[in-house]
Amino acid sequence: MAEGELLRKERLDRGIKVRTEGIYALSSWRELGYLTFPRLALIVGLLALPLLLKNPYWQRVISIVLIYSFLAMGFDFLAHFVGLVSLGGAFFIGTGGYLAAIFNTKLGLPIFLDIPAATLAGGLLCSLLLLPCLPLRGVYFAIVTLMYPLAAARIIEALNILGGTDGILGVQSFPNRWVEQYLLILLALGLHFGLRRFVHTDLGVVLRAVKDNDQAVRASGIDITRHKALAVLVTSFMGCLGGAVLVHIYMWAGISQFALDFSIIPIAATVVGGGGTVTGPLLGCLLLVPISEVLRSFGTLRIAFYSLILVGFTIFRSEGLLPYFQRKYHQFERWVRV
Amino acid sequence: MSTSVLLRVEEMTKAFGGLMALHRVSFDLRGGEVLGIIGPNGSGKTTLINCITGFVRMSSGRVVFRGRDITGLPAHRIADLGITRTFQVMRPYYSLPAYKNLIVPLFSPRARRTGGWRGGGRLGDRDTVSIDILEEIGFERDSSVPYKPASALPTGYLKRLELARCLALNPVIIFCDEVFSGLSMSEIASLLPLIERLRMAGITMVMIEHRLRELFRVADRVLVLNFGEKLMEGTPEEVLEDPRVREAYFGSEKVAEIMEHA
Repeated sequence: MAEGELLRKERLDRGIKVRTEGIYALSSWRELGYLTFPRLALIVGLLALPLLLKNPYWQRVISIVLIYSFLAMGFDFLAHFVGLVSLGGAFFIGTGGYLAAIFNTKLGLPIFLDIPAATLAGGLLCSLLLLPCLPLRGVYFAIVTLMYPLAAARIIEALNILGGTDGILGVQSFPNRWVEQYLLILLALGLHFGLRRFVHTDLGVVLRAVKDNDQAVRASGIDITRHKALAVLVTSFMGCLGGAVLVHIYMWAGISQFALDFSIIPIAATVVGGGGTVTGPLLGCLLLVPISEVLRSFGTLRIAFYSLILVGFTIFRSEGLLPYFQRKYHQFERWVRV
Repeated sequence: MSTSVLLRVEEMTKAFGGLMALHRVSFDLRGGEVLGIIGPNGSGKTTLINCITGFVRMSSGRVVFRGRDITGLPAHRIADLGITRTFQVMRPYYSLPAYKNLIVPLFSPRARRTGGWRGGGRLGDRDTVSIDILEEIGFERDSSVPYKPASALPTGYLKRLELARCLALNPVIIFCDEVFSGLSMSEIASLLPLIERLRMAGITMVMIEHRLRELFRVADRVLVLNFGEKLMEGTPEEVLEDPRVREAYFGSEKVAEIMEHA
């Protein structure tokens, strides 16, 4: 490289994309492999995790990671495909969790019935409570989703209902760790690929259009409030499912399930992993939740380190990890003379 | 052309605080006609469309469509009746490819009920139908243009996309809010036959325009607004000859120039 010579990085797309997103022209097994490799890596990687981590502590961390991933994928879906910023992770976890605990301990539903029941009932309840702020545009949805979990925790505490500050004890646990782990892994994979497919269906396209320009959607004779409600319902289901599983892992439902961690970490994971991809938030959780566990040994300094990591990501890799890797994977790069 | 009244606007009034944007405007829209709406800036043209299509709530007055009072219906219900509109500031779905923009109207209850433009919504999948509609409206089918994200399209195509979004809904009326503005003379010349084709297909058109020479070539009748009030309505010739219109809007020199070219 001669001194003073000007170089720039040239990027070339690999030639298997056709015209528009999501359509590929494949002409060999190699190209097919190239396309399926990242997807298979995610599936196999997740399925292998419990086998690779022998330590029960870290296996438990994986379960928590996956529950956070339900929230993060839901956040990404609402924020980047519908245009609603939700701070309601804690609301969904708390509602789903308390309902599962009540169904299990008070009504005596077995574990594999109370989880779907709490998911359904919790999702409907959360969506119903969020319905009034859906016709509004702007920041109102975010504010309301933030306020509900705070209010719920204080109401339970002040009125001493639902076990008060002690919570609901004696929730049935999973038969064993493997059932817990693989149930969560299969759910996470199903939700991940399901959501990614859903946003490309015609209904998903309408939701993305609501994000781009809600007035134009109204001019096409479509009720935007109904479609926003549908998207909120999907997200509520995912969050409540996570909460319902969580109380069976802890064998206890308590006020701390309305804690703000459940609202904030999914957002951080989306920022780190890359929003608008659904996969990014999942990877973000796989990275951030274990880091937060490792940092536990630093006591309260943990928060400071955590903040530094987030600030660093926001400044130096604001697109997120997944779009960065995607670019590296899909494009040839070479230096050329200017 | 049928001359029955399709849409009747009665005494429409809209006040924004103390500002009277529209004051007791009444007019009839006949089935199959092209009605032009002209008036100086701020005379209430866009507000009129916003009130009829339900995007802005009118202060008083009535809108009757096919004998049914549709005053105060929400915007999506009015669009569901086939009363569609384009926006002056174009509103494409920028993150979606051009052809995916049409999935939205094709997915609407109205299109699924009526089959959308020329019944296409009932045939194959919506992606194919939307490419057909884009071709009809002037996108080159075999080029990459229909597949480009809307954010990468030039203004001329975006204007066509606005019209295509109305068409996909199988409209009865299209309110066009300044589709000619921002376009070159040749682009406008290529849009005029399209408007003629839509009229032949039985669609009633209402066109707000500042480009009078082009408007007067396609409009059957013209409604003139001034300071939120109806100044007059009539054929393009009557409008050009009316002294009040000259006074309020053109200035005598402009009229002479247009007459020369007409």
